[in-house]
Amino acid sequence: MSAIQPVILWTDALVFVLVAAGVALTLYIRRHAHLRAPWGEVARRPMAAGAALVLLAFVTVGLLDSLHYRERLPDSPPDKPQYSVEVLSAFDALVGTLRTRQEKTYSAPLAMHLYAKEFVERDGAAVRVYPRLKYGGAHLADEAGRMPDIARRVMLGIAQGVSVAFLVFGALAAWQAARRKQRYGEWLADWGQGRLGWPGRTVVLVVALLATTVAVLLHLAAGYHVLGTDKVGQDVLYISLKSIRTGLVIGTLTTLVTLPLAIGLGIAAGYFRGWVDDVIQYVYTVLNSIPGVLLIAAAVLIVQVYIESRPELFDTAAARADIRLLALCLIMGVTSWTSLARLLRGESLKLRTLDYVEAARAFGVSHTRIIGRHIFPNVFHLVLIAIVIDFSGLVLAEAVLSYVGVGVDPTMYSWGNMINGARLELAREPVVWWQLGAAFVFMFALVLAANLFADGVRDAFDPRMGGRR
Amino acid sequence: MSGLLRVENLAVEIDGARVVDGVTFGVAAGETYALLGESGCGKSMTALALMRLLPDGGQLVSGTIRLGDTDVRTLSERNMRTVRGGRMGMIFQEPMLALNPVLKVGYQIGEALTLHRGLTGLAAQEAARALLDAVGVPDPARRLDSYPFELSGGLRQRAMIAMALAGEPDLLIADEPTTALDVTIQAQVLDLLRSLRSARGMGMLLITHDLGVVAENADRVGVMYAGELIEEGARTDFFAAPQHPYSRMLFAALPQPGRGRLATLAGQVPRPGEMPHGCRFAARCPHAVQRCRLESPDWQTLGTQRVRCHFAGQLDGHSRPAVPAEADVARAGESAETPLLAVDDLKVHFQIRRGFIQRTVGHVRAVDGVSLAVSAGRTLALVGESGCGKTTVGKALLDLVVPTAGSIRFGGETLAAGNLARLRRQAQMVFQDPFGSLNPRMRVADILLEGMEALEVGDAAQRREAVAHLLRQVGLPDDAGERYPHAFSGGQRQRIAIARALAVSPRLMICDEPTSALDVSVQAQILNLLKDLQAELGLAYLFITHNLAVVDYLAHEIAVMYLGRIVESGPAAEVLRAPRHPYAQALVAAIPRIDAAAPARPRLAGDQPSPLDPPAGCHFHPRCPHAGDVCRQRYPEETHLGDRIVRCHWVAGVTG
Repeated sequence: MSAIQPVILWTDALVFVLVAAGVALTLYIRRHAHLRAPWGEVARRPMAAGAALVLLAFVTVGLLDSLHYRERLPDSPPDKPQYSVEVLSAFDALVGTLRTRQEKTYSAPLAMHLYAKEFVERDGAAVRVYPRLKYGGAHLADEAGRMPDIARRVMLGIAQGVSVAFLVFGALAAWQAARRKQRYGEWLADWGQGRLGWPGRTVVLVVALLATTVAVLLHLAAGYHVLGTDKVGQDVLYISLKSIRTGLVIGTLTTLVTLPLAIGLGIAAGYFRGWVDDVIQYVYTVLNSIPGVLLIAAAVLIVQVYIESRPELFDTAAARADIRLLALCLIMGVTSWTSLARLLRGESLKLRTLDYVEAARAFGVSHTRIIGRHIFPNVFHLVLIAIVIDFSGLVLAEAVLSYVGVGVDPTMYSWGNMINGARLELAREPVVWWQLGAAFVFMFALVLAANLFADGVRDAFDPRMGGRR
Repeated sequence: MSGLLRVENLAVEIDGARVVDGVTFGVAAGETYALLGESGCGKSMTALALMRLLPDGGQLVSGTIRLGDTDVRTLSERNMRTVRGGRMGMIFQEPMLALNPVLKVGYQIGEALTLHRGLTGLAAQEAARALLDAVGVPDPARRLDSYPFELSGGLRQRAMIAMALAGEPDLLIADEPTTALDVTIQAQVLDLLRSLRSARGMGMLLITHDLGVVAENADRVGVMYAGELIEEGARTDFFAAPQHPYSRMLFAALPQPGRGRLATLAGQVPRPGEMPHGCRFAARCPHAVQRCRLESPDWQTLGTQRVRCHFAGQLDGHSRPAVPAEADVARAGESAETPLLAVDDLKVHFQIRRGFIQRTVGHVRAVDGVSLAVSAGRTLALVGESGCGKTTVGKALLDLVVPTAGSIRFGGETLAAGNLARLRRQAQMVFQDPFGSLNPRMRVADILLEGMEALEVGDAAQRREAVAHLLRQVGLPDDAGERYPHAFSGGQRQRIAIARALAVSPRLMICDEPTSALDVSVQAQILNLLKDLQAELGLAYLFITHNLAVVDYLAHEIAVMYLGRIVESGPAAEVLRAPRHPYAQALVAAIPRIDAAAPARPRLAGDQPSPLDPPAGCHFHPRCPHAGDVCRQRYPEETHLGDRIVRCHWVAGVTG
């Protein structure tokens, strides 16, 4: 009898399919020199390498958050176990009490007191004061001890983060020096002067920054709500972290829907010309002239109605929210394939007239083989560039759609929902800014990292940027 | 030497690699100085360095450039702008890329006039019109209002020349000014440049890889190799007795009438950054000794010539011509068997569709009734200028474009849907551009396997063996199969393309300008290879080209095409020696010859008309010096003259 029951939501399954595909693609690329070369170029760019590390941190959180399970109810009989309706993830288990330490309502970042006055019984009389929080700063006797305590935790966090970074750096240096058969000092000198052939200094710096940030957050979060709490008293840091998965799922799964449409139709239109081209062009011209938001709103509402009319299909709230997320990915994918398809159509138009395609036709090679061997490999760099550039756009689109109210399920953690929730409180005096701020910072970090990485990828793959082709 | 331009010890580096190293030369006013060499020798970089227009990462490392009394290197960028276009004009190779497609020709010329002569408004317009007139553009006033795409290649190049002349430069730099043009247009443009130079007393720096162009235009010649100037001299002396082994190789590699195998040199120009010590040519030089590899030779003066070679003046006399034509059995013996390929009245018309419902509003008659026959082991050259439909013929034979009418017979069988796959094995194509004809993402072995797989030749083991055999056959290293095309030079890529076509053991090979993108020494290697393969395998070639010198070397028969029709056909030697059709005559006359002292020959005026709207009657009559009334009314019938067929009223004697 296990204590947990694994739950595989639709998006979880797809995310892991995507991860598997990514691993397979990486192995394939490793074996092909002409595919490996531009990635090596990406890794040699400091900006791209740093951004990739930040993205990796986000992806790690997102993947941990995609391992879902349900806990067994403690009083259920062993022969007929019953499980909680609440679906948790490996990430929830990891952060422990961050999820459960719920206050009554709003509280500011690192505060000891609630943000709203309440009647409190004091010395027999009811006074209206800002009451103390249940968890935030509960270990302190009074307000005077707060700042020193915070400072102590920050310093401790920095010290630990830096020492972890040093340990990692030392291990890295030892490993690299051994691999390159150098003495330790020589490697350090090479590293210091940036003569490694990869951006060693940037990588170490970013790792150190990430480690320090994590350590500081860990120390602070143990005693405070680092980013405050929201209307129902939930920790905003927790919500923001949980929202990472939503953002990543939207950004990647939508691409999964986009790619087959864009690649298939785009190449078919450019390669076959004639009526195939006409039909595909009309389709995407029509699709492009309908406002995307309208289509998305309609589709999401239909899905919502479907979910509500078939409650028996979805046993948990998480499953319901998840199916809506999936539907959102689908419909966003269907509305956003056109630009890539148009690009690929143009490129295929050019490629089909090239001599090597003519030579293949002179041998009587079939169309599918020509597309597979001659056209697709030669437009693949465009596809890659489009994927990384579209990703950040999709993350931002989710925020806008959720804000408008046609995005993900309102019960789902997402930056869009955070912003939507914060909207009403912006008019409040004094203003509740931390929800909006947290969503902004997280989104900014993810999108900036994605954009910097995309820049690196585009520079490395774009033949016009010169270089190896 | 006093002169207009004096370059001393010029050295240019690009990203640390020395592409021009210690080049010294001068150009006098009214003189044409030709820089000759193969691609990658640093000719164009030298020209760009003179204008201080080096690409990113490029740097003038040392040397002086003096234009008159001005030291170009020390000028400020601001003053340099008045020199560029003002005192030095430049003509680029590709007129389509050098003119801005969204601005009118008049505006672009006017821009240069405003900048360098301060002319504006009507004065500028009048000056621009005069310039276009001077470069021989018909109806110049109307052309000022044309966009570049409305002009033909020859007119565009003339417009470019007019722009370069707008600043009344003292020195005109022409970087391969005619390489992108057809041979008759090339002749027109070169004539124009010559007359402009003498009329305006300009100095001209002519950069080219074509010995023929040099022979007809230059006063003095400098040969560049691997970034160095290796030989310099007056044209007549240079052509009478080239001194440097590299210069001699250039001559020997040139296809010439009555020549046996072309002399070739192995290897290629060393890459910048990998320059050998000592003489840079040593690795390819047949005369090289130890000293050449260690010690870079100094200039040696021999009369008007200067040469950088340790053996200057000691090498045996220049062995030009004299080689007797080898007894070419195939060429002499006529065979009467059924031809391998027989094309009868082939037509390819492309429909022009307009409007919403794509109504057909007209036809481009790209190929309009062409009949050909090629026998096994023989070569038919299909000759004509670009746009005459010769490539379309080749593609129609392979079913890459669908013929509108006519029959194609392979070995007695008519090509039809049922036997396409089988007949496909019998004809394959080699394309012009060695860079565009190989998929950069496939290994060479996969490229060679593709055809065998598609046509199901042999099993996997046999195919692998075949790949190894093919690579040896075309003279590529054994490990070439594992590499990607970008690891190979242009000549090697063309070998791969030939191997790909050979992979399915065809009986006919259609070669579409296979050497026109290659340097002359590499061209010689490829031509030799094609000839060897023909002797070995009994291949028939349909050789599509505009280069008559190559035809002379390779072809047994020739067919001259003009606007979709064959105007003259017959044995190659006869047609080239004594062409009958006025167009064939003009084509032969337009080839730049290296046997100097060229007599003034008739030049063809005007451009080839558009195949969309060919002239009534004989297509050639607007350009024909012999055209009569009947030519304007009726397309001429075939006139048989021995082995030859000519379609011309004048030859037939109808015009009197």
